[in-house]
Amino acid sequence: MPERLDIIKTCKLFIGGSFPRTESGRSEPIHDGKGRVIAHACVASRKDLREAVESARRAREGWADASSYLRGQILYRMAEMLESRREEFASALSTTSPLTPAKARREVDASIDRVVRFAGWADKFQQVLGCQNPVAGPYYNFSVPQPSGLVGILAPDAPSLLSLVTMIAAPLSVGCPVVGVASETSPLPAVLLGEVCATSDVPGGVVNLLTGKRDELIEPMAEHREIQVLAAARLKPAQRELIQTAAADGLKRVNLLEYSESDWNDDDVAASPWDLEPYIDTKTIWHPSAT
Amino acid sequence: MGYDGAMAVERRVDTVMVDQRAGAFSRRSIKTDSKAAGLRLAISMLDLTTLEGKDSPEKVRSLCRKAMRPYAGDLAPPVPRVAAVCVYPSHVRTAARMLAGSGVHVASVATGFPSGQYPLDVRLRDVSAAIEAGADEIDMVINRGAFLAGRTTEVAEEIRQVWQACEGAHLKIILETGELETYQNIRKASDLAIEAVASTGVLRDGEVFIKTSTGKISPAATMPVTLVMLEAIRDHFLSTGVRIGMKPAGGIKTAKQALHYLVMVKETLGEEWLTPDLFRFGASSLTNDLLRQLLKILTGHYMAMHDFSEA
Repeated sequence: MPERLDIIKTCKLFIGGSFPRTESGRSEPIHDGKGRVIAHACVASRKDLREAVESARRAREGWADASSYLRGQILYRMAEMLESRREEFASALSTTSPLTPAKARREVDASIDRVVRFAGWADKFQQVLGCQNPVAGPYYNFSVPQPSGLVGILAPDAPSLLSLVTMIAAPLSVGCPVVGVASETSPLPAVLLGEVCATSDVPGGVVNLLTGKRDELIEPMAEHREIQVLAAARLKPAQRELIQTAAADGLKRVNLLEYSESDWNDDDVAASPWDLEPYIDTKTIWHPSAT
Repeated sequence: MGYDGAMAVERRVDTVMVDQRAGAFSRRSIKTDSKAAGLRLAISMLDLTTLEGKDSPEKVRSLCRKAMRPYAGDLAPPVPRVAAVCVYPSHVRTAARMLAGSGVHVASVATGFPSGQYPLDVRLRDVSAAIEAGADEIDMVINRGAFLAGRTTEVAEEIRQVWQACEGAHLKIILETGELETYQNIRKASDLAIEAVASTGVLRDGEVFIKTSTGKISPAATMPVTLVMLEAIRDHFLSTGVRIGMKPAGGIKTAKQALHYLVMVKETLGEEWLTPDLFRFGASSLTNDLLRQLLKILTGHYMAMHDFSEA
């Protein structure tokens, strides 16, 4: 009886609700702790980024116009799908990163809870970030939060799942589609996250996930004028400067996160309404009062 | 003696080869300088079109502004103006006033567009009214009902009468290929249309175009359909030396597609056809994608749709 060959997964990108290979044809092996190849991940190019932005752009109005209640439901559905694949996520984390199995499980659980938390905020942040303003005149004056538009995300290397989930779920809950670049050192959880999105009623194009090299994608992402907000974490000083300079041209908002490991786990730090605020624009409306 | 459609030798079209050949044009790699030149050329070949029941004078005026100056920013050399603005007859006067002296042509659909299901005298009157209002290009529809029923002589006679009613205005003959079912029919209709106008006397280059579609029927312009029509134009040129123009319309939405069409024109008809006098794109949403890709080459970064004016 011949020895069975392992079927090693070739992880693809997640763009527009489907799983294309990178246009560049490049891939890199993903190793486990013992140096064995357990999968291959695509190395996305700037053209893949462009495609992802096009998809997100097409999905933008639909996601922004979906009711807050529906967005919350879809995020909650995402948490359900994550929950059903808890073991798979935990093993992906512990085999491809220095995390122990117990720590990996804790990160998966925190990630699922994080999605649920943002699912809850989807129809509640309006009350916190919007208000009726007092004005001296016969008017009502309202400030209403609205989704800013397309959000680009550069996730840090670690915690690879929790950071990506946090950075994606926040803009999603306020109505922004996202294009995310996964942890460079541990991309496998992001690939699984794409599969979760594809099976959890998230409309195609609302979530797009790329694996690849941060240094290659950071500049086209910062310069792309269709991306309205760029969120990034744990960047090197040179990368920070590059983003801020390039983003100035299109008046892109830049949200640089400097969370420590414990911060990522702290809901009050990483998942408060103020973490939603970078992804909204405030519309202020004057309305004559009846008096 | 009048033209008799039945006398024309029918040229056979090989469906499989047409699809294969048309597919090959979309695999050419066009980069940097050539791409920028192609994008500029494509912009200069646009017939910016609005053909909606809800068109208003202001909509037409804004389309005219876009036609004269497609991009509001400054580029060196500047983005060329488009070839023409195409509207319904009732908006021709508005467009003509806006475009006077700009070099942008005023095209009007006529002859009971888009169906053509009206008495011939009504269709001819439609043409004259558009020309009186200031149109210098007429986009006519052929009588598909008669064509499909085999009454080709009638179709040819109608085309000839419309051409005579054009009185110097250029004519684009819409075959509405989406309703013609087969490539063979498309080829037959192309030959019929070209020979009908050619039978009235010597034509000047670019005076007459054949055009794929109204844009109201799907599928509209496709690469294979356009190829079949380009081959009809080529064969007419080889036997008479007269250059008929070509206008694919509807369904061309991306800059990439536009470049594929340019490749196809060049490789089928040659470089002389790569001018707005002989080749046009009937489109409006294509404009901003062309601009977006051009700006990408010039500035190095991707532009947003909101960087460009609507119209």
